[in-house]
Amino acid sequence: MVSSPNTEKKIEPWNDPQATPYVRIERITKKFGDFVAVNDVSLKIYKGEIFCLLGGSGCGKTTLLRVLAGFEMPSSGAVFIDGQDMTGIPPYERPVNMMFQSYALFPHMTVEKNVAFGLEQEGIARDEIRRRVGEMLEIVKMTQFTKRKPHQLSGGQRQRVALARSLIKRPKLLLLDEPLGALDRKLREHTQFELVNIQEQLGVTFVVVTHDQEEAMTLASRIAVMHHGEFVQVGTPSEIYEYPNSRFVADFVGSVNMFEGRLIEDEPDHVRIESGELGGTIFIDHGVSSAPGATVWVALRPEKIALTREPTPGPDNCVRGVVKEIAYMGDLSIYLVKLASGKMVRVTQPNTVRHPEDRITWDEQVYLHWHPTSGVVVTQ
Amino acid sequence: MAQPAYLSLGERLTFAIARLIQGVTHSEAYVWSRRWLRNRGVTGRAVVIAIPYLWLLLFFAIPFIIVLKISFSETQLAMPPYAPLLDWVGELALEITVNLANFAFLLTDSLYGRAYLNSVGVAAVSTVLCLLIGYPMAYGIARASPTWRNVLLMLVILPFWTSFLLRVYAWIGLLKGNGVINNILMSLGVINEPLVMLQTDFAVYVGITYSYLPFMVLPLYANLEKMDLTLLEAAADLGCRPTRAFFRITLPLSVPGIIAGAMLVFIPAVGEFVIPALLGGPDSLMIGKVLWNEFFNNRDWPVASAVAIAMLVLLVIPIMVFQYFQGRQMSVHR
Repeated sequence: MVSSPNTEKKIEPWNDPQATPYVRIERITKKFGDFVAVNDVSLKIYKGEIFCLLGGSGCGKTTLLRVLAGFEMPSSGAVFIDGQDMTGIPPYERPVNMMFQSYALFPHMTVEKNVAFGLEQEGIARDEIRRRVGEMLEIVKMTQFTKRKPHQLSGGQRQRVALARSLIKRPKLLLLDEPLGALDRKLREHTQFELVNIQEQLGVTFVVVTHDQEEAMTLASRIAVMHHGEFVQVGTPSEIYEYPNSRFVADFVGSVNMFEGRLIEDEPDHVRIESGELGGTIFIDHGVSSAPGATVWVALRPEKIALTREPTPGPDNCVRGVVKEIAYMGDLSIYLVKLASGKMVRVTQPNTVRHPEDRITWDEQVYLHWHPTSGVVVTQ
Repeated sequence: MAQPAYLSLGERLTFAIARLIQGVTHSEAYVWSRRWLRNRGVTGRAVVIAIPYLWLLLFFAIPFIIVLKISFSETQLAMPPYAPLLDWVGELALEITVNLANFAFLLTDSLYGRAYLNSVGVAAVSTVLCLLIGYPMAYGIARASPTWRNVLLMLVILPFWTSFLLRVYAWIGLLKGNGVINNILMSLGVINEPLVMLQTDFAVYVGITYSYLPFMVLPLYANLEKMDLTLLEAAADLGCRPTRAFFRITLPLSVPGIIAGAMLVFIPAVGEFVIPALLGGPDSLMIGKVLWNEFFNNRDWPVASAVAIAMLVLLVIPIMVFQYFQGRQMSVHR
């Protein structure tokens, strides 16, 4: 999450049982013929959140967004926005606006007209419309392009117009479908921060659909990881990243090394896992409620593994391997280390020194080790 | 090119043609002559562009120049029935006789002016009728499911498979005094006496609208079908009801289709001869009929040619205006 000065003041409403959710999705199922796009999904979204629906293509995230907007009627279940049941309410009567993936700007209207469109539908006085359109174009920094048509704008400019158009009616809930998908990398990063700023400035609740875990990480207050029309895990970006609840989430969000193993010791304050793939034992300083002897998986993030020439004392969390590949990325380097079992382990090391004298290099024998807090046990 | 063991006849043929083309394009002579032509500004592109221009020159420009030439000459009782425009005087002197009397005649006799105006009026009304009927049809087809879309398009094109003349004759059978429509209405007791429909302006409108409807529907369909439907979702999302969204979004975006369809209906309808001759009354005055009369009844080729040239000029100006606007519209939506 992009931190801002008032992050500290923000409480986490999803942890507060007294808080009333702003959007309540109750047991929504959406079928297209025999295909179940969204399968019995429930969710509470609170005011002022940036909530990300994250998943691969075909996971049902866009369908769920379209159900919220009213473009798709759910096969069963209901959506409540601000306590009001949205069942049967057409999109043009919902207190919701959407920013489309393709932006869907009206090609025959100028920037100004596009942004004014929503207000014109409400029969607001011309002067008032002009004033509010001017303000909104100021916020998205598009004041010099008011008379341009969409085809005369760059991708980034179109994105701003689309954002302005979807915000002009001051919706309480804004839906964004892959908002940064069409932008190049530099512009994306810039726009991500701007989106967060605008969101805080206007106090809108965002629901963002994305397939890009990086985008979800930077934008979201909470993320729902979707797979096959269901939520696999719902949580804050750090919860999702550091405590994935399944192999799917660990693998989908960021890169991860997964070791299959057997639980040999299961105490309330620690577990010890024996892994043939790893060729050693893993010690983790938190308990797992699972039967000893059960098959589990340990997820180890590449940046949490250290790389040295000497082994560490102690029997756990250390294993020998040979460096097979090194990829220099500028800020960090990625090492692919082959273990005795043949398994390749991905390790990233920050490049803190410019020209290290004694750099670990190809085909060198190294030891991988990590802290007891680093591993995450997933049972499914 | 390695060939798999089992190939169908079609595949064998494709391979054979491909090998033939390859043989030609890789030959010394081809490469050499291509370079020779390219150095003289003749490229494949130029050749492709030249073909339609050559076609137009042969079958449009040359006949047009012949008609233009006749329109400037004088009537003569001869074969052909007009005086030559160019005359060799002596050995090397060429005499050109340009006679503007035919055009002056068009202005003096009010018949021609009225015929032109009437033709434009009939064509305009028919175009509007085609638009009013054709737009909902095109819209319906464009928004139908893909399977239905093909069936419906087929039905629009189907009448073209029978002769145009036959279809106009069929309308005589429908509209005449003891025709199908009158008989049905009388047997239902709606009317006591047969309605006079044939040989009226009404019949001409029916005939033209019926005949030219596909020319309105097809370009409109092509336009409406490629419209991005998320634009309508965006409009709905911003609080716009479907009817309003049609007038604010769909209609303005379909203007190029409307212009194309209107041009395809209006321009041939102005010069229409067969429909007013068969369905219209004796007093229905259309320029196509006047032209026919001048040419075949009066055998006055120069005046007939002048009528044709004047019609062309009157039509070319609105076409150019239309095309200018359409070009502008196209650039807007690109």
